[in-house]
Amino acid sequence: MTVTVNGQHWELPEGSMLGDVLDRLGVPSSGVAVAVDGAVVPRASWPARTLRAGATVEVFTAVQGG
Amino acid sequence: MADDPLVIAGREFGSRLILGTGGAGNLAILEQALLAAQTELTTVAIRRLDTGARTGVLDLLVRHGIEPLPNTAGCRSAPEAVLTAQLAREALHTSWIKLEVIADDRTLLPDPIELLDAAEQLVDDGFTVLPYTNDDPVLARRLAGVGCAAVMPLGSPIGTGLGIGNPHNIAMIVAEAQVPVILDAGIGTASEAALAMELGCDAVLLATAVTRAEDPPRMAEAMRLAVQAGRHARLAGRIPQRFWAQASSPQRP
Repeated sequence: MTVTVNGQHWELPEGSMLGDVLDRLGVPSSGVAVAVDGAVVPRASWPARTLRAGATVEVFTAVQGG
Repeated sequence: MADDPLVIAGREFGSRLILGTGGAGNLAILEQALLAAQTELTTVAIRRLDTGARTGVLDLLVRHGIEPLPNTAGCRSAPEAVLTAQLAREALHTSWIKLEVIADDRTLLPDPIELLDAAEQLVDDGFTVLPYTNDDPVLARRLAGVGCAAVMPLGSPIGTGLGIGNPHNIAMIVAEAQVPVILDAGIGTASEAALAMELGCDAVLLATAVTRAEDPPRMAEAMRLAVQAGRHARLAGRIPQRFWAQASSPQRP
């Protein structure tokens, strides 16, 4: 199945977990937030969250601004 | 001089200058500017993680014990701003949010309809909301009315350095406000920061005036002193303006 991760298309096995995607992405252990299909997924829910085909995963962090 | 802390939502800050992190050429300059400003609270933006390219701004803030105030910069609608605030809360473990909902790229002026809608939703969701708003006393009143912890009227559009375009509106916002008033955006140089405080603002938030100055740390120092000077002048009570001269030396016999 195809999942969009920070704007890029990833081919993943059916039933892939959000936690696996974030591990592959090398997401830092703090200072980040994740949204799936436009809704925040709390860190505690990352490992057990199953992704559906066509899901959009976005990872955010704080940058200089304002 | 007696303790005169800035109090927002029950939290005390010794500094009335909030220096934003935007626009600094590099982190070393930003670090020097933040320290020269003696700021205790600084804005950060929330953006998609560019894998492999961390900005390091958070590490810098942690190192110096400066509190990050995430913003919703770039958001154009209430739903977008609400999601960005929720992401910021998750990423930074803070329920404080500088709420920005702008109307267009040319003016970067707040969209009052979307702003009020977002503010209401975020207050209901438990956020401490600090909205960047127009210099409109009525909108400021409405924002405070829905439970915002402060109001942050602009002096002039973001990044213009045009100073305070409508000082009377700022004075009216101050006169009515039940929450702290933080002059946000448009400050170009120190005298304008002092004016904001003389008008009765509780604090000043600025970034560009410092980060894009030729010597950012020195301008940060100037802003720190200007905010202090303006605050003292406000509390000291200025003399009334007169049309004709009034001798300050005794009359000659």
